[in-house]
Amino acid sequence: MSAQEAQVSQAPAYEMALVRVEDVVKHFPIGTGLFGGQAVRAVDGVSFEVRSGETLGLVGESGCGKSTLGRVIAQLQPATAGHVFFRDTDLVRLHGEKLRRMRQQMQMIFQDPYASLNPRMTVGDIIGEPLQNFGIARGKERERRINEVMRTCGLNPNFIRRYPHEFSGGQRQRIGIARALVLNPTFIVADEPISALDVSIQAQIVNLLEDLQDRFKLTYLFIAHDLSVVRHLSDRVAVMYLGKIVEIADSKEIYLNPLHPYTKALLSSIPIPDPDLEAQREPILLKGEIPSPVNPPTGCRFHTRCPIAQFPKCSEEEPPLEEKAAGHRAACHFAGQL
Amino acid sequence: MVNKGETLGIVGESGCGKSVTALSVLRLIPEPGRIVSGHIWFKDRDVASYSREELREYRGNDVSMIFQDPMTSLNPVLRVGFQIKEAMVAHERFDNKTADERVVPMLQKVRISDPKERAKNYPHQFSGGMRQRAMIAMGLSNEPDLLIADEPTTALDVTVQAQIIELLRDLNRDMGTAVVLITHNLAVVASLCTRVIVMYAGRIVESGPTRQIFNSPQHPYTWSLLQSIPRIDSTQHDKLLTIAGLPPDLSNPPPGCLFHPRCRFRVDRCSKEEPPLEEVGPEQAARCWVLMKNALAGAEPVR
Repeated sequence: MSAQEAQVSQAPAYEMALVRVEDVVKHFPIGTGLFGGQAVRAVDGVSFEVRSGETLGLVGESGCGKSTLGRVIAQLQPATAGHVFFRDTDLVRLHGEKLRRMRQQMQMIFQDPYASLNPRMTVGDIIGEPLQNFGIARGKERERRINEVMRTCGLNPNFIRRYPHEFSGGQRQRIGIARALVLNPTFIVADEPISALDVSIQAQIVNLLEDLQDRFKLTYLFIAHDLSVVRHLSDRVAVMYLGKIVEIADSKEIYLNPLHPYTKALLSSIPIPDPDLEAQREPILLKGEIPSPVNPPTGCRFHTRCPIAQFPKCSEEEPPLEEKAAGHRAACHFAGQL
Repeated sequence: MVNKGETLGIVGESGCGKSVTALSVLRLIPEPGRIVSGHIWFKDRDVASYSREELREYRGNDVSMIFQDPMTSLNPVLRVGFQIKEAMVAHERFDNKTADERVVPMLQKVRISDPKERAKNYPHQFSGGMRQRAMIAMGLSNEPDLLIADEPTTALDVTVQAQIIELLRDLNRDMGTAVVLITHNLAVVASLCTRVIVMYAGRIVESGPTRQIFNSPQHPYTWSLLQSIPRIDSTQHDKLLTIAGLPPDLSNPPPGCLFHPRCRFRVDRCSKEEPPLEEVGPEQAARCWVLMKNALAGAEPVR
């Protein structure tokens, strides 16, 4: 256990929910006329909480709705239904200036460090823009704050007048992190912040995110498809499948004792960089691929690919996300039986 | 060197030259790039000296290649079955009728369910994993001796990646096709390959049997790379080791060993002279003046 973990597990504040998500639904309507009324059900009724000071890892395959959920939580997209509480405020009900003020506390780091920085703005202006937006600092003070946050993120403050194209992918991601950090937020949604980077650079950014969390007592929602990185960074992990959370538990618990067959299959498909262990590993190969979220399967959404599905129960009855062990919730009729 | 029926992994970061190496094997280097020197031996003939006709025969028949993004490699307006047949007819290995008959069994071989109906589909009707399967079917349709797979699972989800790796492993075993797997993912190499080549900045820095490379890497780059990735099976929380800096700009490479500016074990000699790729163990070779066995023992490096 690292010093940081020991510290937070003693503090009662750890159990406090900073962000509480309740029955959040996000549908994207598609087509008109003949196909009118259909929707991509990207997030379809999701509830969980992010505790103060923790890193909650949100994992799942592409198209499972994890990025959409992250954006809804950060209020970059309005929820179709449900509530997102930040401390005691329901963000979904806030509008205009009140919502804008709340945004100071929650920032986002994006996946693609090439697309998320304006190529026509200097690094200083990119990082300083939030300060201007919220009228926090001007002139000398603004410059000082930008310098400080650049140094914190491992960027040379002498490069303040350079443009994004003059930086490598890893450095650009540092710029994105500096921009998120400049307002001193409490909560950061990081959407696949390292998956666009090279292997040797990924470790640099992972370590930076950890250091920043220690220093500034940040709470992270860390969205990723790379389960090895999520395991490394997260205190708790939530697994999504087709718009639903199928399992959520402490990071150690979920990796050692996955209860949902999807989690188990997902974990078993990850290769280990060790040929001796690889020779023994037997992945649970799932049939087919993730079904369309426009028309998700009835009952349990995973039943079409599940190796232990029993019919008709699994195809008719949707399993609720319920507590199967202390702090370990799973949505499966036959949890732990694979 | 790739042996008959073997699985070789080429690993390295983007821009290290692993894809260009593979394209060179097929003589597919885009203009103005060219093979400046060296030879590519296939069986016992030099591919670099092949005529146009010979190249046509060689590509696809002897060696074929699949790419990272199967959507851009398939023609969107032609049916998948037709494209697989076309690959066979173009090489005149099979006549029209035999080629037609081979399409469905090929799709079956790469485990596409309902292959007869699927052959009539267009690429957009396939999922990412199925497109990659179709590409593999096309690559194997002329029964080549060697299949080069350039990041075949990078664009795919982990559960689909596991399916494709399993498929490549079975095809290698059942058809005896040698596989060269190009990837940045060390874990995938550990899972599929018997031998590994590690590339850095256009050079081979280490090569050897997979088990040896992972258990006893000798080049500091290989060692650092292995230390810098989090592992799904780790039980304790250790800080990840980082490799400082960036890969060098290849139009202006550093003097001496190309890795020395980022290497934590460098000695004076590293910035002056480039080390040769030398044998460091049974079938294992590394390009380093220091070598990890000396660096980790804390002993004075050999000069």
